[in-house]
Amino acid sequence: MKTNTRIYLSLALGLVSFTALAEPLIFDFKDPKGINNANFKLDAPLEAINGNTTGISGKVTFDPADPSKTKGKIVVASSSLRLPNPMQQQHMQGDQWLDAAKYPEISFEAKSLKNVNTSGDVTTADADGVFSLKGQSKEMTVPVKLTYLKDKLGARMPRMQGDLLVIRATFNIKRSDFGINAGKMEEKVSDAIELSLSIAGAAPR
Amino acid sequence: MIRKLLRWLAAALVVGAVIWWIGAGANAWTKTSVPVPRTDEVTGITVNDYKRHFVPGLEFLAAVVAVSGVIAAFSFLFPKSGPARGPGENLTKESDRT
Repeated sequence: MKTNTRIYLSLALGLVSFTALAEPLIFDFKDPKGINNANFKLDAPLEAINGNTTGISGKVTFDPADPSKTKGKIVVASSSLRLPNPMQQQHMQGDQWLDAAKYPEISFEAKSLKNVNTSGDVTTADADGVFSLKGQSKEMTVPVKLTYLKDKLGARMPRMQGDLLVIRATFNIKRSDFGINAGKMEEKVSDAIELSLSIAGAAPR
Repeated sequence: MIRKLLRWLAAALVVGAVIWWIGAGANAWTKTSVPVPRTDEVTGITVNDYKRHFVPGLEFLAAVVAVSGVIAAFSFLFPKSGPARGPGENLTKESDRT
């Protein structure tokens, strides 16, 4: 009985110390499968514009034992934004709008999480951070959903072992906040832009 | 004959383009690619892959109407065809008489 108690105590202490010492995982969101994507939607009175991008990269630090410490930066290549109409796409990336040549990156850097709610492998929270677009940055709070998939990297990338972290977020920005033709052509290009992000990062072991 | 043919061709182009435009969804803008959804089974993330496919929009219709207008205008360069109305206009009949 005493031996069993010692074994249980040792295991419990080991588990506690392992949890305490477990380092946060760094997830890389450069996706070789081209699945990671962000959609953008502008719904103006005269015209709706829907586009997407798969040109996403970035790294996020996530601690499965304490998701509230999550932080990181997701970057979208401006030149990767895509519209079904080639002329619209050219205009969007031109110097009148995004000026993708001069401002090649759109990013969101999450600095802290609040209102964290974890249930199993799923965490919802509000991420406080800085959104940068066309050379201008603005502090924002973005609702995020994090899904931690332990040991699932191998199922996605054969011959690799590790974990996956799926991040989903839908939020709105205003182009006028970032100096993109503020107050102009709003009947065709709405000021409000709905962004929807679905990305998975890998932390190989 | 050519005059009529060109006008029919112009009309057919406009009608055909309108039918194609409506059939393709009556889009405001022409699209050169269309989204095809693909879902990753492990993460459940769905992405729209784009494959090359032409979908006509209003600017395509405008281009077809412009081309049809040019064809219709071109038809005026050809003389009217029809039955002869006066003596001496129908050479075949004149020659038949002599």
